[in-house]
Amino acid sequence: MITLGDYLIVSGILFSIGFAGVMLRRNLIVILMSLELMLNAANLSLVAFSRFRVDPSGLPNYNAQVFVFFVITVAAAEVAVGLAILVALFRARETTDVKDISRLKF
Amino acid sequence: MSPFLFWPFALLTLIFGAAVVINRNPVASALSLVVSFLGLSALFMSLDAFFVGIIQVLVYAGAVMVLFLFIIMLLNLRAEVGRRINWLASAGGIAVAIALLVQIFLVIDRFQPAAKAFPLLSRSPIDDVRNIGALLFSNYNLPFQIVGVLVLVATIGVVLLSKRELR
Repeated sequence: MITLGDYLIVSGILFSIGFAGVMLRRNLIVILMSLELMLNAANLSLVAFSRFRVDPSGLPNYNAQVFVFFVITVAAAEVAVGLAILVALFRARETTDVKDISRLKF
Repeated sequence: MSPFLFWPFALLTLIFGAAVVINRNPVASALSLVVSFLGLSALFMSLDAFFVGIIQVLVYAGAVMVLFLFIIMLLNLRAEVGRRINWLASAGGIAVAIALLVQIFLVIDRFQPAAKAFPLLSRSPIDDVRNIGALLFSNYNLPFQIVGVLVLVATIGVVLLSKRELR
């Protein structure tokens, strides 16, 4: 029998993997991908809670799924802006390594 | 929600999620991310969230991944070679991530409802998408419009950032 805790544990491990990616990797593109992993881990726990809290009418709690919809929209916008900044940065500095981009102004 | 379907897809999601971080080649990372998101979408569908599962595939595996691969190939990024690893910083990063994981495990362990199975659903007269859409256009109408403005702002920002002269 699969419980709510199983989904939460999968979500927690996925979040930690994304967090480790943000902490460990120096390539900006991989950091953005790890951010996506973290957002999706949060989405998984939201959907699991939505399925767990069944309304009196016997339907899942759709508020959480609407929230997931908003998270996915904002994440898509964030990726677009992040990658545009990355391209602008690459034009100026020819690098995507965070170690080479340590100054605010150049 | 049978265990025979849950564990394979959960493992698929986690293994390929780890591959995103471990791979040194950005193209391999992006393709691992696609597989991880497909596994995640299967988990969403196992939770009867069909709409979320479908937009997961459409938006992430479709749009976002194409954007990532496009940028990787446009900038002609290679695998990082010859850069030595700062072991102290790596150990610190892994330690913080493991501390976070232990914390999450402890919280879930204490959380009483986590040990319960999911309650049964009654059969809905209307489908998933209509339920979410009705909620989106009634209770969440204002946030929905604000998100529309956000997407517009993001579009204008991307066009502005992509101009050759940033002044």
